[in-house]
Amino acid sequence: MDGKIISIQVAIIGGGPAGIEAASILSRYGVQVSLFEGESKWAHNIGNKFKLFPDFSSADELVQTLSQKIVENQIPAYLSTKIVALEKQKNAWVLTDEQGRSYVADTVLLATGYDIFDAKRKEELGYGIYNGVMTSVDLEAMLKTGKITNVLGEQPQCVTFLQCVGSRDEKIGNHYCSKVCCVTAVKQAIEVKKMSPQTDVFVFYMDLRMWGQGFEELYREAQEKYSIRFVRGRISEAASTFDDRVQIKAEDTLVGQPLKMSTDLLVLMVGMEASCGTKKLAACCGIDGEYGFALSKQPHLADNQTAQRGLFVAGACKRPMSISDAINDARAAATEIVEYLKIVPANKK
Amino acid sequence: MDFGFTISKPRSIEPTEAGKEQLRLLEEQVPTFRRCMNCGGCTATCSAGHFINFNIRKVHNLYRWGQYKELDEELQKCMLCGKCTLVCPRGVNLRSLIIHLRKALNKDHLSNDFQHFIRNNNR
Amino acid sequence: MKRYWNEYQKKIADDKFFYERSCIRQTFFPGSEAAFLKMLREELGKDIYDEANQHTCTGIGYHSDIVPLQTTMTVVARLFALMTEAGYENYVPSCVTSFGVFTEMVEMWKHNPELLEKTRKILYDTTGRTFEIPKNIAHPSDIIYKFRYELKQKMKYQLVNRFTGKPLRVVEHIGCHYAKIFPKAGVGNAEFPYVLAGMIEAWGGEVIDYPERRHCCGFGFRQYLVQENRGYSIANSKKKFESMEPYEPDFIVANCPGCTMFLDKWQYTIAEMENKTYDKNGYGIPVLSYEEMAGLLLGYDPWKLGLQLHQVQAEPLLNKIGIAYNPNEKFTGVSGKILPRPEKPHNLLV
Repeated sequence: MDGKIISIQVAIIGGGPAGIEAASILSRYGVQVSLFEGESKWAHNIGNKFKLFPDFSSADELVQTLSQKIVENQIPAYLSTKIVALEKQKNAWVLTDEQGRSYVADTVLLATGYDIFDAKRKEELGYGIYNGVMTSVDLEAMLKTGKITNVLGEQPQCVTFLQCVGSRDEKIGNHYCSKVCCVTAVKQAIEVKKMSPQTDVFVFYMDLRMWGQGFEELYREAQEKYSIRFVRGRISEAASTFDDRVQIKAEDTLVGQPLKMSTDLLVLMVGMEASCGTKKLAACCGIDGEYGFALSKQPHLADNQTAQRGLFVAGACKRPMSISDAINDARAAATEIVEYLKIVPANKK
Repeated sequence: MDFGFTISKPRSIEPTEAGKEQLRLLEEQVPTFRRCMNCGGCTATCSAGHFINFNIRKVHNLYRWGQYKELDEELQKCMLCGKCTLVCPRGVNLRSLIIHLRKALNKDHLSNDFQHFIRNNNR
Repeated sequence: MKRYWNEYQKKIADDKFFYERSCIRQTFFPGSEAAFLKMLREELGKDIYDEANQHTCTGIGYHSDIVPLQTTMTVVARLFALMTEAGYENYVPSCVTSFGVFTEMVEMWKHNPELLEKTRKILYDTTGRTFEIPKNIAHPSDIIYKFRYELKQKMKYQLVNRFTGKPLRVVEHIGCHYAKIFPKAGVGNAEFPYVLAGMIEAWGGEVIDYPERRHCCGFGFRQYLVQENRGYSIANSKKKFESMEPYEPDFIVANCPGCTMFLDKWQYTIAEMENKTYDKNGYGIPVLSYEEMAGLLLGYDPWKLGLQLHQVQAEPLLNKIGIAYNPNEKFTGVSGKILPRPEKPHNLLV
């Protein structure tokens, strides 16, 4: 594709669950789509996970199934092709990638997703400083190894989860809820207990938001079957102890008393932020909303359209979203795009 | 030497292994206790709590953390009417819980080790 | 140890400083301020002005709710007027609380220009003085931090145990008013401040990161001023000592007059009340100001630095570093006058 401008009917930017699902549906409708992903793997955020809530299905299998859809539908798909600019020229959208190559598309679907909140920004929690402090993403990697260990490589006596790291926090400028962390912590807490039944597991939360089907039941199971302790209070600081554990301070707000304890591992439930790509491309074409997320035209009836004709949005580039919600949103976007292509004949776009 | 003041004692809860063990025993006796999600329905409806300072939700939370000071006396305020059990949305058997708490905290029912532990943790 | 202090660098002036002394430091660490002036003038060749007509910043009264805000603003304005009249633009307050007060007033004026105008008017009406807001406000520790490698070249000693060859293990305490009020005003921010840690690491020592590192020393003005409340004050220091004890620190270096005094004197009080000391040998953990730490390494006489006026005595530390001192001159004052000998504590060894 070097040296010439490639012409596309629908360009989908972002090869996560939303992008792949939309691409596969559109191509089944006979629409010519091309799929661009900046990373070297499809759905890399899912690939970083071990199992998925609420059914503990395998994340790798979901990535495989999604990747398979690209192959089955023979979708022109480009990995490691980071789109860095998006511009409307007359009736077409011009996409430019990091290598300076250009692509012209009639229609664009932005599905650039989210980035994990950088936990180092919450300095008081000591991520990147203390060995026992990890993020929920790091824990998924540990769960993949099949073994939970403390910094000494031993079975941990205690694992503590902290909710809302990077979410609902004025100090780092994110007032919103990242939505998936509550149930992810419940899922991970259960996984820790399954792998290491002797370990005490605590979850510190401000509110527990069990919004999806099966989530509340999972929370109840975590308490009843696995004796996981849910403590209402936010951990205000973490410090290293003499024996390389992590000391945490919080209030049990339901007792009204400060609490000081040490834990082998402190797992920070990092929230979602608009990905770099989302921020950049949404800003490029004037659809950047609060916190850098992409702004849809209207939340109820036009949540996949944008202020720009021929530019659609789907998935977690709009707001924090679970995988299943992102997939559903992508299907909705695909429907909208099919409708749009029908009412706008090729010569009138 | 008298300096005209004494050094304040820490008031933060610091969980201990013995406290955790005690909670484990209680949860074995009253498995439904684990399900509590701190809605406060029990305290809202408590016959005693409407007339005297008695918060059953707080009492069992303090027990969870191994904070036993004055809990024994506190639990004597319960009239065992059972209304809390009726309202609990998670089906916690609160009557049974209270009786087991009383037993655990009543010195006659305690092992010597646990009595010793309670004495040392009542600050 | 991994830290993110590098992302938090502040602007620290190079030269031409106006120095403001602390209300209490010359009582408790009488050589510190003189040592700082000497270091700047003689070791670094800087111009630092020591104003004779200076006065309190009201910090203690301000934080105890005794001095009203407008009074504090006007008093701060008068100090700035002295600086302006002396022809300086870089303000250097010797005390962490003063540093906090100045930073706070300047910030307040920035957001409420009418308060600045009112303060200018009150100052002019009452004293006939006018003032400029300093171009740069830096704490003395900021300046020593900035020139730590230059000073290192002149140092005779390092923060190294001469018997083991290992780095000395140092607890540092920056003081709440240095970076907790305005984190960006401090080198390295509030959570992992680097101003003292940077000196320790540059001069061969090792910083101890203990669990209660960020906890307040308990000074808290209103609390310690009332005798009955001191139990609450001292409990904070005790919490820190208990937390640092397992790391066996060789000494504590502190940034703030209150913290340095409390961390030193409370060790005596705790020893007397509970017969507990926080070093293995019963002498307590020596507490130095950053100027004393720098001064010792530069080879300044420990007794001229005023170490004999500390509660926890410094000899074990001096021996560890290998600093030469004359035991017979310990109680000879700078003027040559023989100082009265302090009483021996019951429990704390001296």
